[in-house]
Amino acid sequence: MESRLTRVILRVWVVGVLLFLFIPIATIVLFAFSKSNILIWPIHAFSTKWFPIAWHDAQVRTALWLSIKAALFATAISLVLGSAAAFGVHRFRFFGRETISLLLVLPLALPGIITGIALKSAFNFAGITLSLYTIVIGHATFCIVVVYNNVLARLRRVSASLTEASMDLGANGWQTFRLVLLPTLSTALISGALLAFALSFDEVIVTTFTAGAQNTLPLWVFGSIRLGQQLPEVNVVVTFVLLVTAIPVAVAARLTGARGLTRSSAGTVREAAPEEPSAA
Amino acid sequence: MAVTSALGRSETGTTRVSAALWRRGWARAVLTLSPPLLWFLVVYFASLVAMLITALWSVNPFTNNLVHSWTFSNFREIFTGTYLTIIGRTLGMAAIVTVTDAVLALPFAYFMTRVASPRTRKLLFTLVVLPLWASYLARVYAWIVILQNGGTLNWTFQHLGLGSPNIGYSNVAMWIVFSYIWLPFMILPVYGALERIPDSYIEASGDLGARNLRTLFRVVLPLAFPGVVAGSIFTFSLTLGDFITPLLIGGSSSNFIGNVIYSNIGLANNLPFAAALAFVPIVIMIIYLTIARFLGAFEAF
Repeated sequence: MESRLTRVILRVWVVGVLLFLFIPIATIVLFAFSKSNILIWPIHAFSTKWFPIAWHDAQVRTALWLSIKAALFATAISLVLGSAAAFGVHRFRFFGRETISLLLVLPLALPGIITGIALKSAFNFAGITLSLYTIVIGHATFCIVVVYNNVLARLRRVSASLTEASMDLGANGWQTFRLVLLPTLSTALISGALLAFALSFDEVIVTTFTAGAQNTLPLWVFGSIRLGQQLPEVNVVVTFVLLVTAIPVAVAARLTGARGLTRSSAGTVREAAPEEPSAA
Repeated sequence: MAVTSALGRSETGTTRVSAALWRRGWARAVLTLSPPLLWFLVVYFASLVAMLITALWSVNPFTNNLVHSWTFSNFREIFTGTYLTIIGRTLGMAAIVTVTDAVLALPFAYFMTRVASPRTRKLLFTLVVLPLWASYLARVYAWIVILQNGGTLNWTFQHLGLGSPNIGYSNVAMWIVFSYIWLPFMILPVYGALERIPDSYIEASGDLGARNLRTLFRVVLPLAFPGVVAGSIFTFSLTLGDFITPLLIGGSSSNFIGNVIYSNIGLANNLPFAAALAFVPIVIMIIYLTIARFLGAFEAF
């Protein structure tokens, strides 16, 4: 029904929005390769010299290592708790099922500062010193929903007859889980884990309130930008973080279809969501 | 004595437990649901309660120690002129950002559903989702580089002979950056809503004599509206509490709820007041979600 003109206008609009979305990202990646130590456009000379400098910076290294540890722990916790929640919600119909989905998405839908201040108050209340573990607790809380969404979406696509057949053939619950359910869930688990990792690795708002004196990589970046120090290194680190967060998304999109990546409960609440064609 | 099963294996304690669990759906539901729910109860909700209690405490102005006696002074202070202005400014920003994103998202999502080929649609979907996950901090920082005085935007405008816009470190800059950061959150639910409009609705509208524009305003947009509301939950809510963008992109005088909370933790070291102020976005979002539910946003997720 769209006229030719409408189509042209829409096309221009879409290209405009895509440029809006990607020009900033491209700009920052370009600056990572700038030779200069000030952020002035246009870039006069290109160089990769800031990469080794950032890599050998002791502060960056310590922060990177802390971020990796925090993200790994948070991912592990959200894998267990997120898939447990998905199993429970999927298998059993009960009053308030939808409420659980809503509850789990709250830490992502409400401003992170609320989670941050709430956790800080609680740690202060309980006399818990801020450490790696308080960072992990904060991250896991908002990462759980990511795994939950992915696993639940997959469970809804797996036919119940598959597990029933397994039981009929004499497998017990554990065997069915290990030999039938787990292989069908594996890609959903992997993409959920990758996304949880990406989310945790980059998080700065909640972490501001749950990290003690130590810096995660995003906290180091935030601090450096505020002070206007070491900006060439910031360009490099930020490009690296962009990559670390984009690669899991690309992999997850391949494994489970881009629909699992919406962050809200899109595609999981609707039971009859049309299947995203698998990546070619 | 172990019972031999059909497969010739003996049934051990664990198999019996797993079989019993399999038969009793509720037992499994309780077993699988209680760890995550316990986590949320102990970590998230207990923390919110701790935040409420903290908000009712105060800080001794001389020693900077927490005073553990009940007072509503923090909440009373929020209702004074300074803070009401800040809350109003933040709400205004959240509203403008939400409208901007809706305007940007609607034609985009419409193109995805009704013009693009399935292949293009899938590509566009991925291109929208990618910035959603790509480092938040990196994307905010990119705009400093673009908007500052020696930045890309000024340079481009100068070379086009349009003068320098010089919008770095201002509320305009914040408006652009917020709209940019949350845009994918709007496009996805709007796309979800548009995708579910059957072609037959639009054909029927045409058959009944409606012109394209009329079909757009009377059929497509009303059906897309729940998607816009669903997206607005994110654009609105996330703008309310963000402190990174006001601190890095905003000017020296741009106080928003988020960075005022932040400065109460850092410099002022007044956790009770920060906690009280953190209830402002919560209350606003409870009101907002109630309205959104009424407008049908939850079906659009």
